[in-house]
Amino acid sequence: MSKAGQEPIRRRRRLHGMMFRLPLMITCEAFEDFILAYLEGDLNARQTFVFELHLKLCRECRDYLDAYRKALELAKACGSDEAAVLQKVPEDLVAAVLAARDC
Amino acid sequence: MGCGLEADGKSSIGTTIDDDAVITLKAGEPRSTERFVRLHVGWMLAVATRIVRDPHHAEDAVQNAFANIFDKIDEFGGRSALKTWMHRIVVNESLMLLRKIKRTDTVSIDDLQPEFDANGCRFEDHWAAPNTPEALLLQSDMRAQVMGQIDLLPDTYRIILVLRDIEELTTREVAEALEISEANVKVRLHRARAALKRLLEPLVKGQGL
Repeated sequence: MSKAGQEPIRRRRRLHGMMFRLPLMITCEAFEDFILAYLEGDLNARQTFVFELHLKLCRECRDYLDAYRKALELAKACGSDEAAVLQKVPEDLVAAVLAARDC
Repeated sequence: MGCGLEADGKSSIGTTIDDDAVITLKAGEPRSTERFVRLHVGWMLAVATRIVRDPHHAEDAVQNAFANIFDKIDEFGGRSALKTWMHRIVVNESLMLLRKIKRTDTVSIDDLQPEFDANGCRFEDHWAAPNTPEALLLQSDMRAQVMGQIDLLPDTYRIILVLRDIEELTTREVAEALEISEANVKVRLHRARAALKRLLEPLVKGQGL
């Protein structure tokens, strides 16, 4: 990106840096520490308000949380895919289990 | 009567599937035992493979798990479903094997964490039109690609992601299985998810890996 193109981004970051010091505001770094608790429903009402206020004002954190959720959803769907369970019973393993049982 | 396994959870004489399975295992009747093993070996192997990654180690874990199930069936008190009890056993056997496996083919978890400037503001590219997980799941090799990325995580992080998000254990159950604190589970889980988000970004953005 050109120097001129980066200027609005720098300006927004400076503005965010100042804004996030105001009462009831947190930085993106502090926001990061609350993500897991927020998704698990472990934040109290005030913490949830502060978290969601930051989310409303910060596009970077909105994009980040959206991608975080999508990656998690994908991992859950792929990892627990029932199709992954073997359709064909592994005969060697069944035989080994039963042989050990008979010992 | 055999295993008496019916879809509605009740057998022909009104006992539950779990009751019948426990009776079968305690009696040690060979044909019923074989039916029991065949019924459960597939999902148990899938669980073990997700944890230890290696198919041979996964088979060892399943074999050890069945040996444990046969030995401890008298201790099954019915406080949970039989499958839940068996799931815990195969997870524990897999974790015991995993502790003996040394891996070097992993990524650095620190390199995949989010970055912030001096003001604590996040560096994050804007995602114009990311693919939805639903759309991605329609791609035939998506599962292998995603699992391949999860496998890149160091085991101390990967295993927590697998146990919590895929095997759906609670934080407390993961903490007990790994003998670490619940706070430690939460910290590692978030770092694992953040790293996975970075690893899966190319997929979600439609760029391929």
